Amino acid sequence: MAVSQDVVGTTYPSIPPYLVGREKIREFAAAVKAADPAHHDVASARAAGYTDLVAPPTFAVVVSQRADAALVNDPAAGIDFSRVVHADQRFTHHRPIVAGDELTAAVTVDAVRPLGSGAMVTSRVEITTVAGEKVATTVSSLLVRGEEQ
Amino acid sequence: MNVDFESLEKGQRIGERRVAVSRADLVAYAGASGDMNPIHWNREFARSVGLPDVIAHGMFTMGAAVSLVTEWAGDPGAVVDYQTRFTKPVVVPNAYDARVEPSTTLTVSGVIGAVDPDARTVRVDLTVTAPDLTEPDADPATAKALKVLVKAQAVVGFPH
Repeated sequence: MAVSQDVVGTTYPSIPPYLVGREKIREFAAAVKAADPAHHDVASARAAGYTDLVAPPTFAVVVSQRADAALVNDPAAGIDFSRVVHADQRFTHHRPIVAGDELTAAVTVDAVRPLGSGAMVTSRVEITTVAGEKVATTVSSLLVRGEEQ
Repeated sequence: MNVDFESLEKGQRIGERRVAVSRADLVAYAGASGDMNPIHWNREFARSVGLPDVIAHGMFTMGAAVSLVTEWAGDPGAVVDYQTRFTKPVVVPNAYDARVEPSTTLTVSGVIGAVDPDARTVRVDLTVTAPDLTEPDADPATAKALKVLVKAQAVVGFPH
């Protein structure tokens, strides 16, 4: 099943609020082997000028992936997740994510480019606080392999 | 911040970091990130979709690589932009000797690719390699190093 061009320009509904927890930041930082005390120790994070533990630069994927699910699971988009390869990823941080942030996010499909019998799907997730403050923009491309690829 | 913006020039090296990677690291990353795709922990599933073995999450590699930049800068919140392309998979074979052992190693190095005095930002260009363990009997110590990330660039913002 081919990926549909019809979803280009679609913005899917925002995810339910995601509360950034201290233990999630600690767990994620440990998983990417990020030892900076500002990820792990509240006093160190505050001494560095943050209100609470600061998330590693790629932590935003935890939130953006939840938003991406609306696209990946949309039958109208026609994305077979078992044939997906992550091709590229970009994070633009408008400000660091810190513990206590209550975030929401929505995915927009920027492009679907045919590639052989498959397609390259580029999507963008805007992450904001529930109050509307811009926090991060993530852009990713997924290569959806065609049947004979 | 650990570094003085005025001292930075294009071409300066920011150091090197080696990250040992085990299957347990991939399971930990799966749980921490929520990416439960079985290609990152189940060999049979990985092979069924044409991969040589279990591979690391591209986002694990991307996340582990940027610590070189944040530790150099001395402020993990200073990375304002970070991007990469994923070119080659990082194969993580099974390794078990009474406990789960690392079975491959990422090598990360960085060089300053651009300095913007007006924005007070520097772009660090990262080179990230892992041994080519595509063949089942490959030896991580002698296997050819593959570039697993391409155009991996982290932009660090400095206070005005």
